[in-house]
Amino acid sequence: MKARVTVTLKTGVLDPQGKAIEGALRSLGVDGVDSVRQGKVFDIEIAGSDKAAAEASLKLACEKLLANTVIENYRIEIA
Amino acid sequence: MKAAVIVFPGSNRERDIGRALHQATGREPAYVWHADHDLPAGTDLAVLPGGFSYGDYLRCGAIAGRANVMDAVRAHAARGGFVLGVCNGFQILVESGLLPGVLMRNADLRFVCKMQHLRVERGDTVFTNAYTPGQTIEVCIAHGEGNYIADPDTLARLEGDGRVAFRYCDANGTVGGKANPNGSLNDIAGIYSDKFNVLGMMPHPENLIDPLAGGTDGRALFESLAVRAAA
Repeated sequence: MKARVTVTLKTGVLDPQGKAIEGALRSLGVDGVDSVRQGKVFDIEIAGSDKAAAEASLKLACEKLLANTVIENYRIEIA
Repeated sequence: MKAAVIVFPGSNRERDIGRALHQATGREPAYVWHADHDLPAGTDLAVLPGGFSYGDYLRCGAIAGRANVMDAVRAHAARGGFVLGVCNGFQILVESGLLPGVLMRNADLRFVCKMQHLRVERGDTVFTNAYTPGQTIEVCIAHGEGNYIADPDTLARLEGDGRVAFRYCDANGTVGGKANPNGSLNDIAGIYSDKFNVLGMMPHPENLIDPLAGGTDGRALFESLAVRAAA
């Protein structure tokens, strides 16, 4: 099974990298950009076909390592 | 004073910390590999040195914060043992849950490497008893992710309990403004745990222990620990 975990900064957490990208897009003349927040994407191959078990493992992975839940949210998608 | 310096793949300041400890205590620390499960028997102080553990992959300190040896460091801290984390060591302490908050990318996105003044907030802890409270010291900083952030409740608790160890200031001791090199909330350069036995700080006191290297203002931190251990 293929899974995708997306980690994003929580609302209200200052994201200097996102701000810099936002500024760069403006200076490149890309119109209509209100704001940019940078995050991370993890593409993960899961052994077996038990979706519930995969979801549980991925949740553990997020809580233990992939996200710092002080400042980040995560979203798990399993194909 | 029995000290153990934890070495992760990518640590690079362990020898400097070792030198500073040796100078202050007369003893060479033990060097403990990250994959070990225990600290040497009788360890008083565990030190997490600076560097780029695991190449700063994922988040600075994230992977090191979950290494085998960190369970031993957590148990040591829970017993009241002393823990010092410098620079990447501070990042590892927040990632491992031993200290609250998080160290984000510097506000101006630049790696900053320079001499920096700090105000020593209190002189009654095991780490700072050889300083006077309010003293301005000059050490150095070298980091890209030193921007200390915590939620308002955590920040209020840190301030209310007097757990800020050092703040960024200028040569006159004036805190904040342009003297803040990375955007840290409340100009925080270092914090203590609730029992004051764990200290995490971004600046490098171990760099400033020899006049040849530009100053000796970092010495008192290691002397503080040595005094405490001898008492």
